[in-house]
Amino acid sequence: MSIVGAVTEPHAYLRSQTRWRPVELAFWLATLLPYVLFPDYLVLASAIAITALFALSLDLILGYAGIVSLGHAAFFGLGAYTAGLAAKHGWGEPISGLALGGLVAGIVGYGASLIVARFRHLALIMITLGMGLLLEQAANSASWLTGGADGLQGVKMWPIFDVFRFDLYGKTAYGYSLGVLFIVFLVARRLINSPFGLSLRGIRENALRMPALGAPSRAHIRKIYTIAAVIAGFAGALLAQTTETVSLEAFGFQRSADVLVILILGGTGRLYGGLVGAIIFMVARDQFSGNTPQFWYFWIGILLVAVVMFLPNGVLGGLARLGALLRGRAP
Amino acid sequence: MGPVIGVLFDGFAYGMLLFLLSVGLSVTLGMMNFVNLAHCAFAMLGGYVTVTLINTYQWPFLATLPVAFLAAGAASVLFERVLYRRLYGASDLDQVLLTIGLAFVAVAVAAYVYGTVQQPVRVPAYLRGSVTVAGLTLGTYRLFLVTVALAVTLVLVLALEYTRFGAQVRAAVDNQRMARGLGINVGLVFAITFALGSGLAGLGGALAIEIVGLDPSFAFTYLIYVLIVVSVGGLGSIGGSFAAAALIGISDVAGKYYAPQLGAFLIYLVMIVLLMWRPVGLFGRR
Amino acid sequence: MSAPALSTRGLDKRFGSLVVARDIEFSLPQGARYALIGPNGAGKTTLINLMTGMLRPDAGHILLGDDEITRLAPDQRVRRGLVRTFQINTLFPHLNPLEAVTLAVCERQGIARTWWRPITSYGAAVDEAYAILGSLMLSADCYRPTRELPYGRQRLLEIALALATRPKVLLLDEPAAGVPRDESRELFEVIAGLPGDITVLFIEHDMNFVFRFASRIIVMVGGGILLEGTPHEVAADPRVREVYLGARHG
Repeated sequence: MSIVGAVTEPHAYLRSQTRWRPVELAFWLATLLPYVLFPDYLVLASAIAITALFALSLDLILGYAGIVSLGHAAFFGLGAYTAGLAAKHGWGEPISGLALGGLVAGIVGYGASLIVARFRHLALIMITLGMGLLLEQAANSASWLTGGADGLQGVKMWPIFDVFRFDLYGKTAYGYSLGVLFIVFLVARRLINSPFGLSLRGIRENALRMPALGAPSRAHIRKIYTIAAVIAGFAGALLAQTTETVSLEAFGFQRSADVLVILILGGTGRLYGGLVGAIIFMVARDQFSGNTPQFWYFWIGILLVAVVMFLPNGVLGGLARLGALLRGRAP
Repeated sequence: MGPVIGVLFDGFAYGMLLFLLSVGLSVTLGMMNFVNLAHCAFAMLGGYVTVTLINTYQWPFLATLPVAFLAAGAASVLFERVLYRRLYGASDLDQVLLTIGLAFVAVAVAAYVYGTVQQPVRVPAYLRGSVTVAGLTLGTYRLFLVTVALAVTLVLVLALEYTRFGAQVRAAVDNQRMARGLGINVGLVFAITFALGSGLAGLGGALAIEIVGLDPSFAFTYLIYVLIVVSVGGLGSIGGSFAAAALIGISDVAGKYYAPQLGAFLIYLVMIVLLMWRPVGLFGRR
Repeated sequence: MSAPALSTRGLDKRFGSLVVARDIEFSLPQGARYALIGPNGAGKTTLINLMTGMLRPDAGHILLGDDEITRLAPDQRVRRGLVRTFQINTLFPHLNPLEAVTLAVCERQGIARTWWRPITSYGAAVDEAYAILGSLMLSADCYRPTRELPYGRQRLLEIALALATRPKVLLLDEPAAGVPRDESRELFEVIAGLPGDITVLFIEHDMNFVFRFASRIIVMVGGGILLEGTPHEVAADPRVREVYLGARHG
């Protein structure tokens, strides 16, 4: 199994690190199973794919560049309202609406990155939190545009490629969300295996050392923050388009906190963490939360405490450690 | 002229409430750099203690206040000893996750025990109504709130300046390593400070009910205000927290009075601009 | 005569009332081997922080060759060839040495911005990183996470990272700090074997090594330069004996 050793040639080693593994192929094939096994749950499956995309976006900045954000829903909300408003005002074409959502989130994300790149620690947490709250309040105040607390009504989508109509059972919605998730995942996977991805890991591992290697860390952070904002915008746009409504909750602190929980649950800095976390979180919430959401957050709270105390790298990190133990290697 | 002063006074009273809620977090953050997002859960505990003592056991309002203080302080010691202290050297992210988790649990437990409705509390007659001072009509309860907050500030400043323990706290905030070198038991100093700070938050939570009400969402709603006060005021600074709390309280009340359509927008904007201008807060040194 | 590789003029820095650098002036000729010595708290590391831009001086100038670099950011100075290592390991715990050094090579070549091509398509950068690791006897360890490496190997990796930036001037802050005496030989051999066109200034407490390897020595005390001279002159100077050697051995 392990090819690590003194004789390994560096190119072969690096290729082995980026190669597609069988378990990855199995995972993506399994994402098609809901069509066969759970046709009644495609609406949920679509929501999971959208959440996974949002978590993937957070993983790029948190897991790879070490930027803790408590306001990532800002970009989700921007994408959602952009796509929703476009459809409401007569342009219901999904793909271009999606692109527009990503574009608007990306432009605001770039602006925010100029600020974010200058901070770390508490100030960074506060700035990201503040930006999220600011946009939520702005959307609330601008009720002539956004519908305020009532949400955005009257979003009408055209069929995808003029062929696939959005249906009540979520068949089209799931296919659409999953397709976007997969394409973005491929791009993200390519990104983290690039020289830029390596530099991001350097920033996460030791932000102080990077300037001493001549690395323009702030430029790197601005770039990944903007990319992550675009992806979060995509996720928001998908939610607006597949549910044909947008509410203020798209911007909410709860959404920012949830996506953080999801990523932590799955494991940060491993791309699949957000995906696995989204599946566990959303399925569990669907099964257990029912009509008493406060108990749901009781268990989420217990889970967070437990993960921090006992499972520092999330579910995937725990599995990796278990696998290493079984193979007889030190964790 | 009247409304302006009235708004200023209400804003200042609200700011004093924020000060009580946030001063403990400011000092403990300055000392241990520990991001405690469950701080307002301790404040909420104080609020529910007061509610329970008044409504179930018919205690007088004033008598419940010291109990709210003690209960929040005692609970915080338990959590500090069992959970927090293991994460003093850990990353921001771990601290954020642990304490958000605790806040979630606190909200759920409060909702389970008390329901999600606003808790009714009747303050005694002598704190209701208003008094007229030099032609101005001021709410009696707000006057009481301001008095308590000013007294607490005075005690804190004097204790920090003139007691041995205060000197140890100042040393630990200034330079933890040097404080250890001088033989100060920083862990113990921190634990006591943490308990005092959480106790003050509990007192703030009890005093807040009359002004802003109490329901399980308190732990998050006011956390945001407290964090704004702390980051604007600068870590580890009592004077900074005081000034920031007054500023935020007045801006918030004035904003809601003169531009209600903007909601809390103004506060968040003020915070972001201030932080961009001075990342360490108005009075921070690091 | 060509310009010195690195020089400072009237460098001052104070923290409150504490003076940590006072009127620092020196110049390193191209390819020189200078040692910076002085008792603990003399301001040696502070001086390196000032030169590399991690601290801003209150007054004075820093020149790299003919260029004024006093106002440049730390990463800009590195890209111009002024590079340092750290007294306390400042590494990437979960990256392995191959990844860490490749990262540094990519940053130098300006390819660290590209995010649409995999790192495996930049074979030359990987080869260069591997060669640097080989020259520092780190090939055998280059796939192990940094945090699992023995301490002495981590010290070597500090130097490997600096070399990957192709420095013109290299500032080594106690390269052998914390390494047991019998293992430090390996490190000193590496430093002695650095290419002759790199100008080297190093802080070191091992006087045997300082006297053997340095062509000139700068002695710092209390934030200022006490004197600069050949090892012979420094060893003979009574002031040095008093403040430094005297303090250590007396």
